[in-house]
Amino acid sequence: MNIISRKLNGSEILIQCLLEQGVDTIFGYPGGAILNVYDKLYDHPEIRHILTAHEQGASHAADGYARSTGKVGVCFATSGPGSTNLATGVATAYMDSSPVVFITCNVNTDLIGRDSFQEVDITGVTLPITKCSYIVSNVKNLADTVREAFAVARSGRPGPVLIDIQKNATADECEYSPVTPEEFFTGKNTRMERLRSTHHPAIGCPEIDMKALDDLAAMIERSEKPLMICGGGVVRSGASEEFRTLAERIDSPIAITVMGGGAVHGRHPLVTGMIGMHGSQASNMACDACDLLIAVGCRFSDRVTLNPAGFAKNAKRVHIDIDPSEIDKNIKTDLHIIGDAKDVLTRLLAKIKEGRTNDGWKNYVFSFRRETEYDDPEDGTLTPKEILSAAAEILPQDTIVTTDVGQHQMWAIQHFKFDYPGQLITSGGFGTMGFGLGAAIGAQAGNPEKTVLHVTGDGSFRMNCNELATEEFYKMPIITLLFNNSTLGMVRQWQHLIYKERYSQTTLDRGPDFAKLAEAYGVHGVVVRDVATLRKALTDAVASRSDGLGWVIDCRINIDEMVRPMVGGNSFITNFMLY
Amino acid sequence: MQAKENDQNLKRYTIITAMDNEAGVLSQLAHLFSRKGYNIETIAAGWTVDQNVTRFTIEIYSDEERIKLLCSQLRKLVPIHYVEILDPSKSIRRELMMVRVKAEDRAARNEVIQICNIFRGSVVDITPDSITVSVTGDDQKTGAFEELLKEFGIIDLARTGIVAIERGEM
Repeated sequence: MNIISRKLNGSEILIQCLLEQGVDTIFGYPGGAILNVYDKLYDHPEIRHILTAHEQGASHAADGYARSTGKVGVCFATSGPGSTNLATGVATAYMDSSPVVFITCNVNTDLIGRDSFQEVDITGVTLPITKCSYIVSNVKNLADTVREAFAVARSGRPGPVLIDIQKNATADECEYSPVTPEEFFTGKNTRMERLRSTHHPAIGCPEIDMKALDDLAAMIERSEKPLMICGGGVVRSGASEEFRTLAERIDSPIAITVMGGGAVHGRHPLVTGMIGMHGSQASNMACDACDLLIAVGCRFSDRVTLNPAGFAKNAKRVHIDIDPSEIDKNIKTDLHIIGDAKDVLTRLLAKIKEGRTNDGWKNYVFSFRRETEYDDPEDGTLTPKEILSAAAEILPQDTIVTTDVGQHQMWAIQHFKFDYPGQLITSGGFGTMGFGLGAAIGAQAGNPEKTVLHVTGDGSFRMNCNELATEEFYKMPIITLLFNNSTLGMVRQWQHLIYKERYSQTTLDRGPDFAKLAEAYGVHGVVVRDVATLRKALTDAVASRSDGLGWVIDCRINIDEMVRPMVGGNSFITNFMLY
Repeated sequence: MQAKENDQNLKRYTIITAMDNEAGVLSQLAHLFSRKGYNIETIAAGWTVDQNVTRFTIEIYSDEERIKLLCSQLRKLVPIHYVEILDPSKSIRRELMMVRVKAEDRAARNEVIQICNIFRGSVVDITPDSITVSVTGDDQKTGAFEELLKEFGIIDLARTGIVAIERGEM
C-alpha cells in the first residue's frame, strides 16, 4: 500500500513510528532535550504516557510491561541525568533478555562534545548493556532507526536497545511515509536486508542443524536418567507447551532456573523445583546424578552451576539456545543446537516416541525434597512460607508476581507455584534491588485486569518506594508484600554463614514506618505480625481492588530467617551448607 | 588478558571483520575486546570495495576456546558483517613500517640504504642528519629490519599494524 508521504518534524515522525509498531503505552520522564517529543505527545491521547517518580522507575516499568505482555516496552527520558538514571534499568533488561526500546534525547548537534548542560554520551554508557545503541543526529535517519531498533529488540534473543536523538532532529522536518514492521523487516536495500540474509544473531538464527537434532534424539533414546533445565529462553520463546510435552514424553524431571519460572507449571509432577545456589535438593541431586542434561534457553549462570567443573559431571550435556555466544561459554557441552526454543523443540518432538518411563530414576530424584520445609518458630513469628502460602491461597491464581532482590525473591520463587510464562517478573541476571515496584507498575499497566503482587524486602523497597506516587496516581491496586526483617537479609545470611556473624552495615534498624509511608502516598498501609492479620489484609486488598488503591503490607519476620537450602558460591552443586 | 608471548597456552590470532562504515563502530569493536580482557596487539582498518563497509584486521593473543567465544560475541554486534579467524597457512599478513634513523655521515647513509635494499624497502626522505625508510612485510620482517637499524639510532618509528587477506583457492 503506497501512502503519499507527508512532511513532518522529527518528534511527530518518532510518534508515528511508535504507532507503526503498535505502541500504546510509554513510561518516561520529560526534560529539556526531549521537550519537542513531549510537546507532540500532547496531541496523541491514543498513546498512554505513564509519568514515574524517577527515570529508574520508568525503566523498570517498561521492562515489567515487556515481560508481562510479550510486547516491546518503551521508555522515554531526557539527556544527561535523565538518561544515566535509566542505566540500571537498561542493564537489568539486558541481563534478562527483555525487549525494551529506550529513547533519550540529547542536546543539539552543534552543542555535542562541548560539555553542554545535561550532555552525556549515553550511547557510550549503554554500549555494553544493549543489543545496539543508536545515535540520530539527522531527522532523515530517524524513522528507519526507530524501526530497526524495534526489530532488533524483539528479534533473535530479545533485549534492550537505546536510541539517542539529538534535539535538532526532533525539530527538523523531512518526508515521512508509514511502513509496517513486516514491510520494514522484509524490505530491500536496507541494513535489515543484510541482517536478514546473513542470519545475523541480532535478529535471528541460522537453520536448525537437523543432524544435531538426530543426535539428540539418539542420546535421549539411550538415556536412562534424563534431566531437563527450563531457562528464561523457554519463557521468551513461548515454548512452554513444547517443553512440557517433551519432558512428559521422555519422562524427565524438570529443574527450573529463576528466569524459567512460570514456563512450566510449578505443580507439575515432573518439576523438581529451582536449581542452583538455592535450588531444591531434588533439583541439585538430579543434576549431579543424571546421565543426560538438556538445558533449554538457559545460560548456565554461576548461580545455577556454582562450580562449573563439577556441574552435571556424569551427564552428556546438551544446550539448546538461540544465542550462539552462549554455547560453551560457562559450561562445555557435548552437543548444542542453536535456534529458537519453540522451533527446536517442535522439530525434536517429531523424532521422539511416546511411552517412555523412568520410574527408578524418578523415585531416586523425588526421594529428595523439592521444597524446603521450614520449622515453625515457637514464638509465633510469621515465616516466609506462611506469608507466601496465604498470598497464594487468597490472591487470584493468575496473579502476576514481581519481586525485588534478596531473600524474599528466593522465597517467592521457591514457594509460589507459577502457572504461566510472564507470571513471574524478577531481576534474575542483574539482581537489581529496587526493580520490583517499577516492574509491578509496568505489569499492571499492561495487564489492568490482573492482580499484581509486588514481593519485596525492606532493603529493596526503601530504594525505589518513591514509585508509590505513580501507583497511587494511576490508580493501580498493586499489593506490596513487604518481608520486613530490618536487615539486608541475604547479605546478612552470608555474613552469618561465611563472615563469622560480623554484620557489617546490613542491619536496617531505622525508619520509615512503611505503613505510614504508604498512607502518606495515599495508598493503604498495614503492619502484620501474625497469619490472621495477614490473611485479613490480603482479603481486604482483594476486595477493595476496584477502588484502585494499592496496599503495602508490612510483614514483620525474624531477622535471622534464612533462605534454604544453600550451596556456597563456586562449591559443588550438592555441597549444601544449609538443607 | 595481557599479551603474553611466553605463555604456552596463548597463540597469536588474526581476526578479520567487516563493519558498517559509520561513527562509533570502532569504539563498539574495541570496547568488546577490552570488556573481555583482551589487549589488541595490532588493529588496521580501511574501507573495502564498498566505501560503506570498513574492514578491520585485528591481532590478539588468546587460546582456542576463548577466541571462539570472542568471535561469537563480535558477531552479535549489529554493524558487523562477518568475523573470521585467518588460518596463517592460507593467508598473507603485511604491515608497513616507516623508520627515521640517524645518518650523519656518508658511511651511515650508505649502510642504511643497503639494508633497506636488502629488505626491498625504500628511502622516503633524506636530510643531512637522517634517513627515513619504509618497508613492507610481516611482523618478522619488519622486526628484523628494526633490529638492524637500532645501531644507527632510531629517531622515530611507526607501524600501520598488520593487514591480512586470505590466499586465493588453488
